[in-house]
Amino acid sequence: MIVPLLLVCILVCSQLAYWLGARRASRKAGAGGLSSLHSRPQYYGMLTALWCGLPALLVVLVWFFFAEAFLTSTVMEKIAPSLNLATPEEISLAENDLKNMVAGHGIMAAANPFLQQAAEDYLRLKAIGEKALFVVLLCLMTATSFFLWRRISPEMRARNHVELIIRAFLILCSTLAVFTTLGIVLSVLFESIRFFQLVPITDFLFGLKWSPQMAIRADQVGSSGSFGAVPVFAGTMLISFIAMLVAAPVGLMSAIYLAEYAGKKFRAVAKPLLEILAGVPTVVYGFFAALTVAPAIRSMGTGLGLSVSSESALAAGLVMGVMIIPFVLSISDDVINAVPQALRDGSYGLGATRSETIRLVVIPAALPGIVGGMLLAVSRAIGETMIVVMAAGLSANLTANPLQAVTTVTVQIVTLLVGDQEFDSPKTLAAFALGLLLFVVTLALNIVALYVVRKYREQYE
Amino acid sequence: MSRNNVGAPSTMEIVHRNLGRRYRAERRFRLIGLLAIVSSLLFLALLFLSIVTKGASAFRQSFLLLDIHFSEEAMNVDNLAAGDYNGMVKEALRKMFPEVKSRSDKKLLFGLASPGAAFRLQQMVVADTSIIGSTRSVWLPADDDLDMLLKGHVDRLVPETERRLKDVQLAWIDDLTEQGRLRLKFNTTFFTAGDSREPELAGILGATMGSFYTLVVTLFLSFPIGVAAAIYLEEFASRNRWTDIIEVNINNLAAVPSIVFGLLGLAVFLNFFGLPRSAPVVGGLVLTLMTLPTIIIASRVSLQSVPPSIREAALGVGASKMQTVFHHVLPLALPGMLTGTIIGMARALGESAPLLMIGMVAFIVDVPKGFLEPATVLPVQIYLWADSPERAFVERTSAAIIVLLGFLIVMNAAAVFMRNRFERRW
Repeated sequence: MIVPLLLVCILVCSQLAYWLGARRASRKAGAGGLSSLHSRPQYYGMLTALWCGLPALLVVLVWFFFAEAFLTSTVMEKIAPSLNLATPEEISLAENDLKNMVAGHGIMAAANPFLQQAAEDYLRLKAIGEKALFVVLLCLMTATSFFLWRRISPEMRARNHVELIIRAFLILCSTLAVFTTLGIVLSVLFESIRFFQLVPITDFLFGLKWSPQMAIRADQVGSSGSFGAVPVFAGTMLISFIAMLVAAPVGLMSAIYLAEYAGKKFRAVAKPLLEILAGVPTVVYGFFAALTVAPAIRSMGTGLGLSVSSESALAAGLVMGVMIIPFVLSISDDVINAVPQALRDGSYGLGATRSETIRLVVIPAALPGIVGGMLLAVSRAIGETMIVVMAAGLSANLTANPLQAVTTVTVQIVTLLVGDQEFDSPKTLAAFALGLLLFVVTLALNIVALYVVRKYREQYE
Repeated sequence: MSRNNVGAPSTMEIVHRNLGRRYRAERRFRLIGLLAIVSSLLFLALLFLSIVTKGASAFRQSFLLLDIHFSEEAMNVDNLAAGDYNGMVKEALRKMFPEVKSRSDKKLLFGLASPGAAFRLQQMVVADTSIIGSTRSVWLPADDDLDMLLKGHVDRLVPETERRLKDVQLAWIDDLTEQGRLRLKFNTTFFTAGDSREPELAGILGATMGSFYTLVVTLFLSFPIGVAAAIYLEEFASRNRWTDIIEVNINNLAAVPSIVFGLLGLAVFLNFFGLPRSAPVVGGLVLTLMTLPTIIIASRVSLQSVPPSIREAALGVGASKMQTVFHHVLPLALPGMLTGTIIGMARALGESAPLLMIGMVAFIVDVPKGFLEPATVLPVQIYLWADSPERAFVERTSAAIIVLLGFLIVMNAAAVFMRNRFERRW
């Protein structure tokens, strides 16, 4: 791959440009010494380096993101007539073959001679392109830095220019968050709209049967492809509910104990230990849920004469609940500590015990914050993926029995999108519709929660 | 007492009567709080204990001592890779148990050695051609079923039909053990190999390198961008609608489910830009977007903790705003920013859901050598192995988890160390 090499090359050239620019500025200063310059020589150097490096960097980025698509389409255009590709599926299939051959994966002796020709063409064009890119970059860097180098004079406001460029970079970086959100919304929305053109939105939102396997042949039995997402939502709710049933009381009580009862030493030990729970990767929880908790629950259930599915919602929910405990804990801890001491003192003054003060004064005062924290925790539970992928099932049962297997939104997204996909089947697009829903729900929960927490904070500030 | 209802209890009496009950309630409440903490810690202990006990045995592996005859006939001098190494392994086993005659028994016998044994022999020959023609005693990896038996994970009392190892095999194994030809040795394969369908040949090097490349991309993109964004928002931006939007966005992105970032990566980086599937570069891009909010928030806190007097002093001696920030504020805030970055990186290292979306779940045997080669990462490897039915993969999964947790502990310890060592309290 040529890109890292080019980046190094740009770096070296910029360094050179820096040195040249700085030297020219010092020379131009002449008899008056450095104080006759508008800026210090480094700034002239930096400006030259930026002029040298930035346009080149832009070109490299464009190459990195678009070269492959461009080359593929050029090559494909050339061979398309001879391959007799009619449908878009065939074209994308041929493109895939081409990519595999180019990467050297597909050693197909009996491969289509046209495709082979195309792969050779592709590699040839790519080699030419990379050489050309190299030359273009060198010329570009020389030209831009020379242009600036010529203009260096004591009057030039180099520092201001450099600072302007840096400022532009800072602004660009800070807007990246907005672009990310925009990217998420657009990418998910586009595919979802395509999905809703194939499957009516009411079927998706209110249908009771979820079985996304599409029939490949017309006469195939059993693969109807129905996209009623209610069982999937119900499964998500069930598992999140179980998780909150664990996390809310345990997290809240832990926070109360740490904030109101625990001594400094105990707190210093227990809090970091509890935060380890938040640092454990979710895939580890998933493994634990699937291999330790689920079998334990199953054997316990059979001992009690209950039929427990080996992928019960209970196992996934319990482990997920433990995962969220530190989350609930840290928010509740924050919120409880923000309750003014005067409220507690007033309660103690009236003769209330500590627990009465906590139950009747502190908790009601902190309630909005705690509710906000719980909402954030729910959104975390809904979006959690690995635990449910590993420990919850795939079958979309519409049930409230925690001992049965249910499926969740995230599980369905993963199963629909992992592996080979064709991009216009409703099966793949359904994943994006689920993703849109997930995004919207978690976003709404977050916004409400953040709003509630902020309002609460203001109350005591 | 001028009241007429003399018989009624006084307030103090009521208080005293209830006091015992209230104190009991107090103790109960306190106990529940303690219990909540203890139960969480207990779960944590259980989690670690279960993983360590399951995974510890994976660091040792069964080896089989065979007398291999490197015969000239089996060798192809022009192409050393093409020799009949499998035949040599079979020959050695046959010599040890000459009484085995039937086809099905032979198959069982040859099944004691790992399919990787032949590859080991090939490597030996390629490294040193002078051994051709001689007979050597070689420790070769044993099959995973045998491995499991040696580690005590197989119950011999289970009826033969429900066992993967048959009775004849058990007899041979006992024979071999008596002759000292079976031994547990340190499992180097686990640290030097890529993925494999055979548990005894599977290793985590491929996934570790994939994680490394992915994290390098993430670090080099998210740290500068995150710090730059934090600097702009904290030091330059004026309070207006636009910066409000940016802030709300950052806070929301921090809480967006990670899998949604995977969808973004799939739709934008793979389908729109046509970047290669399963490549660490794409994984790095996705994780960058995911960790950015963490780094931005940590960096802003760090910038806020630098006292304004520093800025005023710098401005006072004639530094420009930009010089103030980059020469004076940033160096003071940097330790805090680095701490936040390490924590963000640790989270990125443990993340797997978004990487499933961009195809980093492929079964990849080769250790990746670059940013564009197909790769997988440690957590995804764990996910893949956890799905494998072989008993031997359970301990390897646990061992991979131990390694992953080891990395995470080191990173978090580094963050704590940096916070204690370099962060200044003003």
